Amino acid sequence: MNVAVEMDAVRQGELLDISEAGPAPKRIIAGFGFWIFLLSDIVMFSALFASYAVLAKASAGGLTGVQLFDQRNVAMETALLLLSSYTCGMMSLAINSRRYFATFLGAVVTFLLGAAFLALELREFQGMIALGATPQRSAFLSAFFTLVGSHGLHVTVGLAWLVLMMVQLSLRGFQEVVVRRLHCFSLFWHALDIIWVLIFTVVYLMGVLP
Amino acid sequence: MTEMRWDVAPGDRPTVPVSEQKASSGFLVYTLGLLLAVILTATSFWVANTSAIWAPGVPAGLAVLAIAQMGVHLVFFLHITTGPDSSHNVLALAFGVLIVFLVLAGSLVIMANLNENMMAHTELMNLQMQR
Repeated sequence: MNVAVEMDAVRQGELLDISEAGPAPKRIIAGFGFWIFLLSDIVMFSALFASYAVLAKASAGGLTGVQLFDQRNVAMETALLLLSSYTCGMMSLAINSRRYFATFLGAVVTFLLGAAFLALELREFQGMIALGATPQRSAFLSAFFTLVGSHGLHVTVGLAWLVLMMVQLSLRGFQEVVVRRLHCFSLFWHALDIIWVLIFTVVYLMGVLP
Repeated sequence: MTEMRWDVAPGDRPTVPVSEQKASSGFLVYTLGLLLAVILTATSFWVANTSAIWAPGVPAGLAVLAIAQMGVHLVFFLHITTGPDSSHNVLALAFGVLIVFLVLAGSLVIMANLNENMMAHTELMNLQMQR
């Protein structure tokens, strides 16, 4: 933020009318546009949540959530994703003050935590499928795999994006366009954590209530 | 507070006067957010597993904790605040929340209603069969 303020030093000082201020800097426009995309993504997830909530009891005589969900695994996944969100925040602080090494360190830790989350989730899916709880088995399982799977897919895309950004950063340095993309990435990563909060509450915690 | 010509981008922390800026303030915000999120998550897991709470109240408690934690994430990680310089972001968020609410509540109400009506129907059929 410090650097951003210095770059926009014009902002300090006299207040202009919105009609005189001219267009906002690209950094703000891009951030706002990405925010709109994230909100539309959340709307998509709300549809998946709604279908899961409607179908949660429709297990068609197969395995139910109580038998399938392992709370220790979910707690570990939650901790990993929360910590990776935190290190992503640390990374954006390092970006704001243009610290090269700290940015890479933050990215590596964020990537490792995210990858560990994904590994745990895939192991959980594998265990469920081994028990015969495949997406084809019941409406409950279809809704479960769609909802949790699309979150996992988002995490996968986020990890790929992070790798791409690190390549760009090492090739091009802290160019304005790279910083903007990194900023959008951190928004994406934090939004994924928000969706996970809903998933572990609605699917894993409410799903095992008697 | 410095007057500003533009709203801040989502994820940007609201601008504070240079005199009040400290290198550690961003670190503090994220750490505070992490602490609050950990506390809320731990409470959620405790609420789901304890028998100290009246069982029918547990889902409501979990919902409240989840909404609180989403608020913590929005404020401390995404830096969406109610400040005058972030009104565009908040308005977009408010619209998103409205749509999410309509989709969720609409589907649940309609499906519960359908379920109920179907059940009444089967019960009626059972009554007819008993006759």
